[in-house]
Amino acid sequence: MSSELISNLYVLVLAGFLGFEVIRRVSPLLHTPLMSLTNALDAIAVVGAIVIAGEHKSTLATILGTLAVVASMSNVVGGFLITDRMLRMFKLRGADGAKKS
Amino acid sequence: MSATASNTIIELSYVAAAVLFVLALKWLSAPSTARRGVWAGELGMLIAIVATLLYHGIVSYEWIAIGLVLGTIIGVPLGMVQMTAVPQRTALSHAFGAFASALVGTAEFYLRAPNITPFVMSALAIEVILGSLTFTASLMAAGKLQEVLPQRPITYKGQNFVNLSILGLAIIIAVYLIVNPGATALFPLIVAIPLLFGVSMIVPIGGADMPTVISLLNSYAGISAAAMGFVLRSKLLIVAGALDGSSGFILSVIMSRAMNRSFTNVLFGAFGQVQVSAARTEEAGTVRTASPEEAAAIIEAANYVMIVPGYGMAVAQAQHKVRELYDALTKRGIDVKFAIHPVAGRMPGHMNVLLAEADVPYDKLLDMENANPEFAQVDVALVIGANDVTNPAARHDKSSPIYGMPILEVDKARTVMVIKRGMSPGFAGIENELYYLEKTLMLFGDAKSFVGSLVREISGGGGH
Repeated sequence: MSSELISNLYVLVLAGFLGFEVIRRVSPLLHTPLMSLTNALDAIAVVGAIVIAGEHKSTLATILGTLAVVASMSNVVGGFLITDRMLRMFKLRGADGAKKS
Repeated sequence: MSATASNTIIELSYVAAAVLFVLALKWLSAPSTARRGVWAGELGMLIAIVATLLYHGIVSYEWIAIGLVLGTIIGVPLGMVQMTAVPQRTALSHAFGAFASALVGTAEFYLRAPNITPFVMSALAIEVILGSLTFTASLMAAGKLQEVLPQRPITYKGQNFVNLSILGLAIIIAVYLIVNPGATALFPLIVAIPLLFGVSMIVPIGGADMPTVISLLNSYAGISAAAMGFVLRSKLLIVAGALDGSSGFILSVIMSRAMNRSFTNVLFGAFGQVQVSAARTEEAGTVRTASPEEAAAIIEAANYVMIVPGYGMAVAQAQHKVRELYDALTKRGIDVKFAIHPVAGRMPGHMNVLLAEADVPYDKLLDMENANPEFAQVDVALVIGANDVTNPAARHDKSSPIYGMPILEVDKARTVMVIKRGMSPGFAGIENELYYLEKTLMLFGDAKSFVGSLVREISGGGGH
């Protein structure tokens, strides 16, 4: 195995642990936005798709790459948009909302 | 700009994006910083995309531009759906993400075959298998949530065996491809068979299992993206995939605990859950009912009211009426809080979003651990569209299919009121003994109009 694969495995394992620790702290209140946000972040696959669509190495690859750009870009836009819309709704205000607890 | 210089810029931008992604999730931990988290994520994404466009290997931009524009055109309406439709939208976005993974994996395979090392081929197989099965499974889940497909589970004898055989076949072919990556004719099979498996995996799953299923598909999509990172040698993708995978994993664990199911049971696609529907008990006791006027009079006399919302509230679109009830009661000095079970609704956190949409302050929304100690002091527990998660049988009846499932202990409140359309049992087909308690009043009717009448009684004229 090449040293690059080893370092990629390190990245995977460490990011997995980091993700576990960070996400464990997300309040159950925000589990829906959590899911839509990680979904949007996951759509970083768009960078891989962009390269394949732009390299023009074969017709098949260009078509598949372009479709992948469409799919992941719609997740980028839709994911961030809905996460922000949801989070904007979480408010403490209200007539007696902030009084107790 | 030379190729090496642009590569350095790209790599450094990816590091920045990875840092911003982690910060995004860190800031999401509390509502006060959560929006900052979204901005961090957006900035990271922007940096990564712009940097990628600098890549010297790109020979033309027309298809990229078409893809980005089309994706944006599809993405905007998907970001603007109604809050009640968020579960199906989420399932759909898992489908899109998985679709992208499967496409990229397929393109990479045909570009590189037969010169693929066993390690890369393994990653490619994971990417394509998980991507394909998550794609159809998520579409099925979205269809069930949107009620385009029947919500009830469809089962047949030997279903688990058939499903696992289908998946096993795909894995055997994948192993063969890892050893012989030149066998390009077999590759379509590790796309097609998982596509079929995705469908057959969701067929036996009912609506109430959706929170678990969506979390699971979330984690599959993440693992698939991480595998893609190995194929494309992109550490940024590995990081994003690992973050998504762990969030899906954590949510799946929380959901399966909240339904008292083992994690392996969930990992293998929630099979076997459906058999409980046979366990219906026919011991019909007597129930007490109340009209809106009677119910309103009792609620007005309370000091502390706990509202327990469930999927029924979402179906009836009653969240805005519930907020009006909250307002009317707080105006009279009554303490009102909401108790939210982890699996209430169709995805994790669904109820919180709906109530936040209706402008209920989020510090009034209690999760199960915080709500349960409160019930002893609660005068009226008002259950709106929740069923199995309030059934006391889960605590003591060893023969009940939901025995051991953590519940909201509404029966500890002084008075319990349940708004319900009729006496039909919940999804699991289990009679809810809560309804037959002496302290329970059944309020029959549509959640939205019943809460509406309660509001009218309470705010109009001070009760009779």
